[in-house]
Amino acid sequence: MATGVKPRVKLPKTASAGDTITIRTLINHKMESGQRKDSDGNIVPRSIINRFTAEFNGNSVIDVQMEPAISSNPYFQFESKVPESGEFVFTWYDDDGDVYTLSRRIEVG
Amino acid sequence: MPMTRRDLMVLATGSVAAYGLNAVPASASAADDAIAAFTGGAELADGGVVLDIPEIAENGNAVPISISANGAVAIMVFATGNPLPGVAKFSFGPLAASSFGSTRIRLARSQDVIAVAKMEDGTFRKTSRSVKVTIGGCGG
Repeated sequence: MATGVKPRVKLPKTASAGDTITIRTLINHKMESGQRKDSDGNIVPRSIINRFTAEFNGNSVIDVQMEPAISSNPYFQFESKVPESGEFVFTWYDDDGDVYTLSRRIEVG
Repeated sequence: MPMTRRDLMVLATGSVAAYGLNAVPASASAADDAIAAFTGGAELADGGVVLDIPEIAENGNAVPISISANGAVAIMVFATGNPLPGVAKFSFGPLAASSFGSTRIRLARSQDVIAVAKMEDGTFRKTSRSVKVTIGGCGG
């Protein structure tokens, strides 16, 4: 599913050095589990996002391996340290090979 | 032939039984196998993992959960009553401020949800919670 996928991320624009911030992410995706059947009784093939990662200036914050039991429009909330100004990069990996990325700068004042 | 009430009852119980056979959920052993695949067969100590999940989930398609464990490098969540027991594996990098994660999961029916944490010293801890599901997820 490469259409209608829209990643969204919520995090503060500024922080103090060493602060802990909470990050929330959401991406539109139907997360077809591979367990459902269509009206003809055929199994609808699995099509999910199987991995989500968050990095800050190239260092890993969190890496989530996802199975079909994750709800549609997968949502994640987690906490990150912010040692300096820089850029968060969020990446979602789709079963069909698509990769969705979003980056956000944060300034340490 | 007109349907009597008794016929209907027989039909109903028959179809329920057939449905039950078709939809064999992951047995406890499937969940155990999945946990063993994560831990490598290591011992599981009880406690030390916080698994926050509602006791009663009205909609099995989106059950909010959050997990945390002090000093964990990874936490994996298992749904013992789902067709596939694995749910998600959170691996925490050097910049994670805490070993905490929150998401929404699918539960096919009422069941036990287990969170297993891999600690920094290589040991494993687990916490189990029983969840009642009113409407199952997975298109069940």
